[in-house]
Amino acid sequence: MSYSWPILSAITFLPLFGALLIGLRRAEDESAFNNARFIALWTTLVTFAISLLLWRDFDPTTAQFQFVERRAWLGSITFHMGVDGISMPFVLLTTFLMPICILASWTSITERVKEYMIAFLVLETLMLGVFTSLDLVLFYLFFEGGLIPMFLIIGVWGGPRRVYASFKFFLYTLAGSLLMLLAIMAIYWQAGTTDIPALLNYGFPASMQTWLWFGFLASFAVKLPMWPVHTWLPDAHVEAPTAGSVILAGILLKMGGYGFLRFSIPMFPLASAEFAPLIFALSVIAIIYTSLVALAQEDVKKLIAYSSVAQMGFVTIGVFTLTMQGLQGGIFQMLSHGIVSAALFLCVGVIYDRMHTREIKAYGGLADRMPLYAFCFMVFTLANIGLPGTSGFVGEFLSLLGAFRINTSVASLATTGIILSAAYALYLYGRIIFGRLEKPSLRLIQDISWREVVVMTPLVALTLLFGFYPAPILDASAVSVDALIKNYHAALVAAEQARLALLP
Amino acid sequence: MLQSLQLAVMAPELTLAIGAMVLLMLGVATRKEHGELLLWLGVLILVAAGVLVATGHGTTPLFGGSFIVDPFARAMKLLTLTGAAVALLMSYDYWREQGRIKFEFPVLVLLATTGMLMMISAHDLIALYVGLELQSLALYVVAAFDRDSARSSEAGLKYFVLGALSSGMLLYGASLVYGFTGATEFGHIAAIVHDSGATLGLIFGLVFLMAGFAFKISAVPFHMWTPDVYEGAPTPVTAFFAAAPKLAAMALTVRTLFAAFPAIAPEWQQIVTFLAIASMALGAFAAIGQKNIKRLMAYSSISHMGYALVGLAAGSAEGVQGVIIYLAIYLAMTLGTFACILAMRRSGRMVEDIDQLAGLSRTSPLMAFMLAMLLFSLAGIPPLAGFFAKFYVFLAAIHAGLYGLAVTGVLLSVVGAYYYLRIVKLMYFDAPAERFEPMPGTLAAVLGVTGAFTLLFFVAPAPLVTIADTAARSLF
Repeated sequence: MSYSWPILSAITFLPLFGALLIGLRRAEDESAFNNARFIALWTTLVTFAISLLLWRDFDPTTAQFQFVERRAWLGSITFHMGVDGISMPFVLLTTFLMPICILASWTSITERVKEYMIAFLVLETLMLGVFTSLDLVLFYLFFEGGLIPMFLIIGVWGGPRRVYASFKFFLYTLAGSLLMLLAIMAIYWQAGTTDIPALLNYGFPASMQTWLWFGFLASFAVKLPMWPVHTWLPDAHVEAPTAGSVILAGILLKMGGYGFLRFSIPMFPLASAEFAPLIFALSVIAIIYTSLVALAQEDVKKLIAYSSVAQMGFVTIGVFTLTMQGLQGGIFQMLSHGIVSAALFLCVGVIYDRMHTREIKAYGGLADRMPLYAFCFMVFTLANIGLPGTSGFVGEFLSLLGAFRINTSVASLATTGIILSAAYALYLYGRIIFGRLEKPSLRLIQDISWREVVVMTPLVALTLLFGFYPAPILDASAVSVDALIKNYHAALVAAEQARLALLP
Repeated sequence: MLQSLQLAVMAPELTLAIGAMVLLMLGVATRKEHGELLLWLGVLILVAAGVLVATGHGTTPLFGGSFIVDPFARAMKLLTLTGAAVALLMSYDYWREQGRIKFEFPVLVLLATTGMLMMISAHDLIALYVGLELQSLALYVVAAFDRDSARSSEAGLKYFVLGALSSGMLLYGASLVYGFTGATEFGHIAAIVHDSGATLGLIFGLVFLMAGFAFKISAVPFHMWTPDVYEGAPTPVTAFFAAAPKLAAMALTVRTLFAAFPAIAPEWQQIVTFLAIASMALGAFAAIGQKNIKRLMAYSSISHMGYALVGLAAGSAEGVQGVIIYLAIYLAMTLGTFACILAMRRSGRMVEDIDQLAGLSRTSPLMAFMLAMLLFSLAGIPPLAGFFAKFYVFLAAIHAGLYGLAVTGVLLSVVGAYYYLRIVKLMYFDAPAERFEPMPGTLAAVLGVTGAFTLLFFVAPAPLVTIADTAARSLF
C-alpha cells in the first residue's frame, strides 16, 4: 500500500520541523523551556504515531522495498527512500524510544533545554534517515551527520570527563566512517550508481569485494562496536546524559548491525563468507572479554556499557551465520537490546537523578524504599541475562541456534557469555537493590514518580511481550531475511561455478 | 569590429582596472573625507565586474591565444570576485573602528583582483607572469597596510621577500620551458611537449613552475609565509588573502597544467600528489597547537589547499570539477569564519586568542551556532557543505586509482577534525568568557549568508555541481 503523500519523508523530517519550531523562540526562561519540552514530546509522539500507521500498512509478505520515494538530487545520486522487513523494525524502535528519551530528560535537564531538545530532534531525523535511505550517499549523509548532535549532547550535558568522551566518540566514529566513504566512492565508479536496490543485485568482482567489505567493516565495527574498537563506548556512555546513553545504546549501536545486514552481506556475499570466521573470533572475544571486564566495574553505567558490547557480540555471531535462525536472532537481539539496554540506562538515570553518583558502592538495599523501581530494574536485568520469558532470551537463543548449525565451538564459547552475563548482572542487581538500607544518604530516597512510571511501563510491557510473543518482529522481517539468505547462497553458487568453469 | 569584440570579452578586467584608477584619482582629489564612499564604490565595481563575467558565454581566445575566456575562467573569476567583494565589504567596520578608511585599500584590492582575473585567463607564460606580479605587488602592500604595527610591516616584508623568491623560481621555470619548447603560448607548448615527451629540461622547468605555483597557493613545502602573514596582516586583509588570491592561484595552476602539459600528466601528477599529502598532513598536525585563531586558519587553509590538490592530482575532468566545487565551498566557509573572527572584539579591541571564544554559545548563541556549523563543515562532516567538497575531490581520486592518496587524505581529515572540534568545544562546553561587542550589520549579513549556504547546501547541491562540470569540461 502506498500513500499519496510521502510518508517516509514525513516521518524522517517531522522531528527536524519540531526542532525548527523550538529554535524560533528566542526567550531563555522557564516558560520557553517548558514550551520546548512539550514541542519535543508532541513531535516525537506524532512521529511515533505516523510510524505505527506505516507499520499497519506495511506488507510483510514481500521482500521488496515499500513506501518508496524517489526524487532527483545530485545527478545519478538520487533522494531515494524506502523500507523493507529489515529496516522497518529499526524505524519503529527509533520512533518508540524518542518520546521516552524526551520524557526521561523532563526534569533532569535544566540548562539549555531548548538546545537539548533541538539536538535530540535533529538526531532523530538523522537516525531515521539512516534506516530509510535507499542510496548509499544519502545513507552516509545521515549516518555521519548524527555525529554532530551526539557530540554536542555528550559534550554539553555530559558528566565530568565529557570533553574526553565526546572527542573520542567523534574521532573514532569519523575515522571508521571515512574508510566506508572511500568504499562507497569505489562502488560508485565500479557500478555507476549508489542506488541500494540496484547494488543489491549488482554482483561485485570477488577481488574487489574483500576491500569494500573491509571498508564497510571499519565503519560498522566502530559503530556497533566490536572488540577491539569498542573503547569509545564505555567512555561515551558514562559521560553522556541519561537520554544520550539511551539513544546511544538503543539506536546508534544498531546502525552498525543494520549496516552489516543491509550492505556487507547482500553486496559482498563472497567476502562475507570468507571473513565470517574473523567476525566469529572477534565476537567471541568481545563476549567473553567484555563480560569479564563488566564484572570488575565499579560504575553502574560502565558496567552496562561493557555488557552492551558483549550483547552486540551475539548480534554479529547471529548475523554472520547466514542462517534463518541466526539472522533473525541477530535482528531480534538488536531490537531487544535496544529496549532492554535503553531501559537499564533509564534505571541508572533514575537513581542518578536522586543521588548524583553512579558508584555501585553508594547504593544498597534500595528494595526497601523503592519497590516499584526494584521491580522494573529486575525485569530488565533478567532480560539482559536472557532469561526465558523476556525478549533477551529469544534473540540470544536464536543467534546461538544459528551458530550451532555453523560452528559448534563458536556457539559453545559464546554460550559462556550468557553465564558471565548472569554473573555481572545479578551481582550488580544484588549490590544495588538487595541488602540492608544502611547508607544514611539513601534514607529518604523516593520511589519512581508517575512520570518515570510512564517512561518504564511501555518498556516493561514490550520486554515481556516480546519474550512470550516475538512473532510481530520475526514475521515482519522473515520474508526479507529469507530473500537475503537466498541471494547470498545464489551468489556463492554462482561464484563456485565460475571458479569451476575456469579450472582446466 | 574584431577589436571591439575583444574589448567586450575583457570588460570585467577593464572595469576593474579603470575603476581602480578612477578611485585612486577620486581619493587623491578628495583626500581624507571620502574613504568610506570609496570603499563602497570599490565593492560596487567588483560586483559590476562579477555581473559582466556572468553575462559572458562561450570560449574566446584573445591576443593570439595568450588570453582566454572560457566557462572555467568565468566560474573561477566569479568566485574570486565574490571573495574580493565580500572581503572588502567585511573590512568596512574594521577600518572604521581603527579611525578612518584609507582610500588606498579599495584601490589596492581592485588592482590585486585585476591581476587575479588576468591569472585565471592567462594562456601564455608571459601573460601568466604579468597577471601574477600585478596581483602580488598589490598584495605585498596590503599585507603591510597597518604600517604603524610592527607585526603588519613584518608580515608585508616577509611576504615580499619570499614572494620575490618564488617569482624568481617561477620565472626560471618559465624560461626553461621556453628554452626547451621555443614557445610561450600554452597551446604551442602542449603540441611540442606532445611530440617531444618528457625531456629532462622540460621536467626541470615544470618543477620550478610548480614551485612558484605552490608558493602562491601556500602548499607545503612552500607554505612558510602563510602563518606569519595571516597573523601579522590586519584581519580583513587576512580574510582577503584566504579568499581571493588562493582561488586565482589554484585556477592558474589548474589551467597551466592542463593546457600546457597534458601530455606529461603522469610527471606532474606525482608532484601534485606529494604537495597534496604534505599540505594535508602539515596543515592538520601543525594547527593542533595553535592558540591564535588567525594562525589556526592559516594552517587550516594550508590543509584545505591540500584537499583541493587531491582533485588536481586525479588529472581528470572530474578532478577539476572537484577542485572547483571545493574552492567554491571553501570560499563560503572561509568568509563566514572570518566574519566571526572580525566580530571577536571587546572594549574596542580585536582579540585573536582562541580561548576568547569560550562559552560563546551562552553569550551569543546565534553566532556560536553559525561558527560551529562552519567549523564542522570545514572538518567535512555531512550533511554540511564541506562534506560535498571533500566528496567530489576524493571521488575523482578514487576514479584515478589514487587509493593511497585517498586513504591518507581521509585519515588526515580525522586529525583535522580534532582542531575544529577544539573550537566547538570551547564555544559549547566551556564556561562563558566576557561578551563580545555586538556584531556589525555587514559581518552579520556575511555570516548569515555563508552559514545558510553551508547548512543548506545539501538541499540543492545540483546547480553548483553542474556549473563546475561545465567549467571543468571546457579545459579538456
